[in-house]
Amino acid sequence: MIIPHPLLGPRDSQEFTYLGDADLIDRPDWQAENAADRFYEYLYLRDNPAGEHRELWFHEQGDRSWLVVTRDTVTHEISKVELARDVARARGRSK
Amino acid sequence: MSQSHRIDGGLIDRSRALHFRFNGKTYQGHPGDTLASALLANGVRLMGRSFKYHRPRGPISAGSEEPNALVELRSGARQEPNTRATTAELFDGLDARSQNHVGPLSFDLLAVNDRLSPFFAAGFYYKTFMWPKAFWEKLYEPMIRRAAGLGSLTKEADPDLYDKGFLHCDLLIIGGGPAGLAAALTAGRAGANVILADEDFVLGGRLNAETFTLGDASGSDWASATVAELAAMPNVRVMARTTVLGAFDHGIFGALERVSDHLLQPAAGKPRQILWRIYAGRSLLCAGATERPIAFENNDRPGIMLASALRSYANRWAALPGKEVAIFTNNDDGHRTATDLLAKGIKVAAVIDSRKTDAPRTNRYEVLAGALVSGASGRLGLSGVEVRLPGGETRTIACQALGVSGGWNPNVHLTCHQRGRPVWDEALAAFVPGGVLPAGMSVAGAAAGTLSTAGALSSGAAGAVKALADLGIRAKPADLPEAEDAPVRIAPLFHVPGKGRAWLDQQNDVTVKDVKLAHQEGYVSVEHLKRYTTLGMATDQGKTANIGGLAVMAEMTGKSIPETGTTIFRPPYTPVAIGALAGRSAGKDFRPTRLTPSHKWAAEQGAVFVEVGMWLRAQWFPRPGETHWRQSVDREVLATRKSVGICDVTTLGKIDVQGTDAAEFLNRIYANPFAKLAVGKVRYGLMLREDGMAMDDGTTARLAEDHFVMTTTTANAVGVYRHMEFCRQCLWPDMDVQIISTTEAWAQYSVAGPNARRLLQKIIDPAFDISNEAFPYMGCGEITVCGGLRARLFRISFSGELAFEIAVPTRYGDALIRRMVEAGKEFDAVVYGTEALGVMRIEKGHAAGNELNGTSTALNLGMGGMVSKKKDSIGSTLSEREGLNREDALGLVGFRPVNPAETFAAGSHLIGKGDVANAANDQGYLTSVCFSPNLGYTIGLGYLKNGAARKGEVLRAVNPVQNAETLVEVVSAHFVDPEGERLRA
Repeated sequence: MIIPHPLLGPRDSQEFTYLGDADLIDRPDWQAENAADRFYEYLYLRDNPAGEHRELWFHEQGDRSWLVVTRDTVTHEISKVELARDVARARGRSK
Repeated sequence: MSQSHRIDGGLIDRSRALHFRFNGKTYQGHPGDTLASALLANGVRLMGRSFKYHRPRGPISAGSEEPNALVELRSGARQEPNTRATTAELFDGLDARSQNHVGPLSFDLLAVNDRLSPFFAAGFYYKTFMWPKAFWEKLYEPMIRRAAGLGSLTKEADPDLYDKGFLHCDLLIIGGGPAGLAAALTAGRAGANVILADEDFVLGGRLNAETFTLGDASGSDWASATVAELAAMPNVRVMARTTVLGAFDHGIFGALERVSDHLLQPAAGKPRQILWRIYAGRSLLCAGATERPIAFENNDRPGIMLASALRSYANRWAALPGKEVAIFTNNDDGHRTATDLLAKGIKVAAVIDSRKTDAPRTNRYEVLAGALVSGASGRLGLSGVEVRLPGGETRTIACQALGVSGGWNPNVHLTCHQRGRPVWDEALAAFVPGGVLPAGMSVAGAAAGTLSTAGALSSGAAGAVKALADLGIRAKPADLPEAEDAPVRIAPLFHVPGKGRAWLDQQNDVTVKDVKLAHQEGYVSVEHLKRYTTLGMATDQGKTANIGGLAVMAEMTGKSIPETGTTIFRPPYTPVAIGALAGRSAGKDFRPTRLTPSHKWAAEQGAVFVEVGMWLRAQWFPRPGETHWRQSVDREVLATRKSVGICDVTTLGKIDVQGTDAAEFLNRIYANPFAKLAVGKVRYGLMLREDGMAMDDGTTARLAEDHFVMTTTTANAVGVYRHMEFCRQCLWPDMDVQIISTTEAWAQYSVAGPNARRLLQKIIDPAFDISNEAFPYMGCGEITVCGGLRARLFRISFSGELAFEIAVPTRYGDALIRRMVEAGKEFDAVVYGTEALGVMRIEKGHAAGNELNGTSTALNLGMGGMVSKKKDSIGSTLSEREGLNREDALGLVGFRPVNPAETFAAGSHLIGKGDVANAANDQGYLTSVCFSPNLGYTIGLGYLKNGAARKGEVLRAVNPVQNAETLVEVVSAHFVDPEGERLRA
């Protein structure tokens, strides 16, 4: 596959390491009332869609950016690639 | 040896003779020949034996679709089985042998299988060898394994080099026949970056095998002139002998270039083959079409081949399998073969055309319209065919060669590699590309079902224009010569009904009867049919077999072919040597080897090295007179504890962490607190995974308010770094923290033992005070050594001794160890390896990889109290799960043998004294065990249920693998200096 890196342009997927569902960005608040349950769901419960999937890729053999790649798991078509940092900020994460 | 079956003409260089051997006999051919064409020219039709029934076989094709003529090529380490004689380019000194027979090729002892064929019908594995059950393992399976399989492997290492390469282009054109050449001309003249790849050693495809003209030139002349023009274009790369094997995601293709297979052996320094990865903006598949056979009784006799192959052998290679030829066809193309052969002066005995009314009439040869070939004679070589005439009477026609034409199948293979599904074309009676094609791919020429030469040329040119337009490149179709434009006229016929065996898949020996049997037993889906009969599952992937099998199944079910289904194809298009897939990643080069800066020095000392991940580390340093590794290791341990020892610890991961939020960042990465670590101090850190399991440990030093240096274990360096980047970018994107791996930037040595300070004082510049008061335990600082060289010093200890780790820029690592060894002479300093390192850390009770094994928590490690509940850190929440905090959770403790003379092994399980040694009574296991030269007996670390509370208990260390068992006592994990006085000295 070729992943269009938002900073570096098209890169071969061999340069990347795959992690999984981009929902891993949404790490729960450790002080929340039901933190234990939320961490359990965060870590263990994932959707496994046949179709569009947002997932985390690490440009390990490149600039070390974590990317959120929107990929169709059936056709491997990649429709969107974002810096994970930007996605995390957009989802309200900061420090 | 005369070339008895060589005729005039052809694209061979008769001025040179090539000598080659087949089954020990020497023959002659010419440059331009394949092994198959040269053998046919020498009157050899019999080239192999079939897989299951050991039937005598000859080539049926003149290309890569060949199912029969598989040979072992070369000998010794270069011997290669299953090489297709039809594509093997002839060279002087070629040595080939037929395969899959016991005894001579003409009298194969295993041909008895053919007589036993009722026992080997479809699914015979599942039926024949089922009873008695006990016979399977001892008799049936070994027998089948001996008899099955094609060819034999050399047991020697492959002496050749294989390379990998990367290519980029606007347009990849797959196949260099008329469509591909027209496309390449169009795209090349437009200035596009073009790759034209063809599996053959001469480009032109069927233009080299036909007699018709393109404009004023012969097909082959037009092809060679076109290739010459293309080769002169700097923007076009013409790749002959290059098979595009697969179409992968996003316009990536795999292609195998056979650089040296046409030579006796590769030229010095040249690879045998190159596996190319081609990145193409657009691709145009111009792979042509493959003629298909018609099945009839004994249609596998040597001498029976595809009509187009017969034509290729006659026109391109001037070779013929027999002096008298007959043709069996269901379409007009078979007549083209008859016409060409007649023009060569060859006797065409008859053309048997299954079409009653549509068969062309001519007085140049006899046409038997509406007739069928119903049988063939001549076991080792065709001698005649039996023809069933329309009236029902039969006639025997003597011939040594029969050309069969059942129509043409477009080569849709690559269109299927991303699960495109071909669709049935009624007019062609064949599947054409359909469904979703690989990204950026279009198809032209015969591969798209455009079978005439004029159609191929114009569709190739048009395809290139359209593909380039997608990329914003304007091109106009190349001016193309006049060419034949005959329509396809065909009446589908896949097999001739009859009682005997008619072969569909000649490589896997699947007959019409087998398909019928599969249907009778309920295997009607195409995918089941394939697996039950093995139709199309041989090395040729059923290129000449699949559609026939499908047609028979359609007939049985009463459905149409498209209703019955289709088969799709997977990469690779043709078989690939494993060596080509491996490339240079073989043997020692499978992955890089990482050497520490002291490696050269250690090798000079005769160190024994051990692989640790990619690193080579010194395991121990044998001295003269030491004959057993334990002698060296015991000496290194004792000398270190007595005076001082030096160990290269460069391989530990080093991560530089900087920024105003660096302290808070580490506070969340590590389970224990880091926010308040003072500048100039080092702290042990335990890192958890989010699920609460221990991930890694190490020490982190604070060099400045906003500057930390972390160490990780050697094995986890990459994973920890990746994890920290994830946390930094994905979890806390606004933290001001930067990280970088500096593992390769610093050479680092541990200096341990009572004299460690005195040794280092001779190295470290006098301006730096490293006394216990000025530089206490867990202190750190930036210093200079040897008169001004910048260095870092950490007062940390893995061995439990007074110890420092000293780091200098990598390029000074070699000099530093030499300087330290010199400075250490007065203390009898030793250099110790990983084995002594391991012994000392076990003696001290420090956990390492054996303990941090992915299933252990902080609690298991005896560090439960370190996990701060006052802050958020990775893994802290889930480490509180009930199941991980049971009272009887495993705890890390020490073990020693009750009888000091006895020993035990790591991996042993802990069982109560009176208990049966089984899983139910399992109380834990030993993780690390060594002989302690300081204590004089074997010691171990291990996990024991509720371990901390059980000191003094006696258990059995049970090792069922080695059938050993030892009584052990539970003790503290700290065998040496439990109070820690030495390391604070």
